[in-house]
Amino acid sequence: MTNRTSPTSEPTMSDGVRDPGGPAVRVVDLAKVFAGGVRALDGVTFDIPRGELTSIIGPSGCGKTTTLKIIAGLVDATSGLVEVDGTPVTEPGPDRAFVFQDFALMPWATVLRNAAFGLELRGVPRKEREETAREYVVKVGLAGFEDAYPHQLSGGMRQRVGLARALAVDAEILLMDEPFASVDEQIRRKFQEDLLRLLSEENKTVIFVTHSIEEAVYVSDQIVIMTRAPSQVSKVVRPGVDRSGGSDHIRRSPAYLDWVERIWAELQGYLET
Amino acid sequence: MAAAAAGRPWVLRAASIAFVLGLWEWGGTVPVSIAFPKCSETLVAFGGMIADGTFAGAYAETAGPLIVGVALTGVGGVLAGLVMGLSPRTEWLGLPVFIVLQASPSAAIVPLITYIYGIGFAAKVFAVVLLSAPVIVLNSYRGIANTPRSLLEMSDAFLASRWKRIWKIVIPAGSGLIFAGLRLGLAQGFTGAVLAELLITPTGVGDLITFYRSVADYPRMFASILSIIVVASVSVTLLQRLELRLFRPEMRPA
Repeated sequence: MTNRTSPTSEPTMSDGVRDPGGPAVRVVDLAKVFAGGVRALDGVTFDIPRGELTSIIGPSGCGKTTTLKIIAGLVDATSGLVEVDGTPVTEPGPDRAFVFQDFALMPWATVLRNAAFGLELRGVPRKEREETAREYVVKVGLAGFEDAYPHQLSGGMRQRVGLARALAVDAEILLMDEPFASVDEQIRRKFQEDLLRLLSEENKTVIFVTHSIEEAVYVSDQIVIMTRAPSQVSKVVRPGVDRSGGSDHIRRSPAYLDWVERIWAELQGYLET
Repeated sequence: MAAAAAGRPWVLRAASIAFVLGLWEWGGTVPVSIAFPKCSETLVAFGGMIADGTFAGAYAETAGPLIVGVALTGVGGVLAGLVMGLSPRTEWLGLPVFIVLQASPSAAIVPLITYIYGIGFAAKVFAVVLLSAPVIVLNSYRGIANTPRSLLEMSDAFLASRWKRIWKIVIPAGSGLIFAGLRLGLAQGFTGAVLAELLITPTGVGDLITFYRSVADYPRMFASILSIIVVASVSVTLLQRLELRLFRPEMRPA
């Protein structure tokens, strides 16, 4: 996560990054054709550097979530390859944890049980898994809500439970599918800051799907910009925004605003008219 | 005032029951028919039948086929619904059978059971199964087949085995509809048991209705019918509580 705290450098655009230790995830020539012949992805290739946050951004329906689910092993690719640590992905694995856009919480289970559910499925004894889950429930800011049920929580709080569940299984890679799409703007900004703080402590590789350019620039070390479906990668950029001055400072900084404009200009070409 | 009543649902319930019983009492005094007793007469007969052990004896007879039949459909029906909800091939095979059964006039079929099962215990069990199975199977099937996709994906993403996914996600997610089916099935089972006693051999509660009608003791006949409603309502409520306890703790009253 070095880039999140590095000083501002002149923005640069590059075609992908090679981490000296090898990327955490490699996506090579990925294609997906859905039943009925709808071609969502058409030769998507990019690398996800280890220990960094990479956002995937693109026009609506461009296959961002499909790409994320293929990386998770939840959806099969029609062709192409996804490698995690050099191993081809064929199914979900313990090295990846998913945060769902619609939270995917069990309405009949408490916050604590939902947060511990990944560990429960892995057969971790109750006491141990609840201890771990309790720790992450506190870390995501839900202390005191352990015994609440999802319907008693706001949208933002529910997503924090989803995040706690994903963090509790201690996977190296966190896959986040538009995690803030269902929460309002104030909560979203607070959540973004909390996420960055949490990730700086957890040292995870994060792949983050979003439709918000501002969000992508604010949270990401690297941004993968996709074209309209059938999608390919338009560009991979590394904003390198200086995050040392606090949220307001970042959002007013010329580098941040410049990157928002650049990505907007890039995406404009793919918007349907 | 309405808000205060809404805050105490038992007030509304009591008012609703009092209204219906009052209407019944009034209907009996008119009288609607000589075969329509007053509510108060029926309640006195009801008390008398509890005191002299008439109900105990009758329900001991009715309970046998009812319990066996409902247990068979409760277990078998939920399992059938589960398998149909999980396997498209079984769904294709089984669904039309139960849809046809649900739409068929089961009461008309009950007398035909005697050709196969005679007039004994098995025939009454079959009548209970015939009436309760379709609603239990179809509700269970719908509960299972409509498991939210995101919960299934979540269980996959967090490495659930097939059995853990069924036990920890699919069944709790479908429990609302499964238990709705069980409650309706139990009520239908009561109907099946009484129909069998009315149409096949006069025993148990069905026999009470037939007997008191034949001797024109209408308060006792209505008390017998009332007893079925009370027993069925209590059983269904107990089943609902079991559901909340087992699968839906979030819906339990605080």
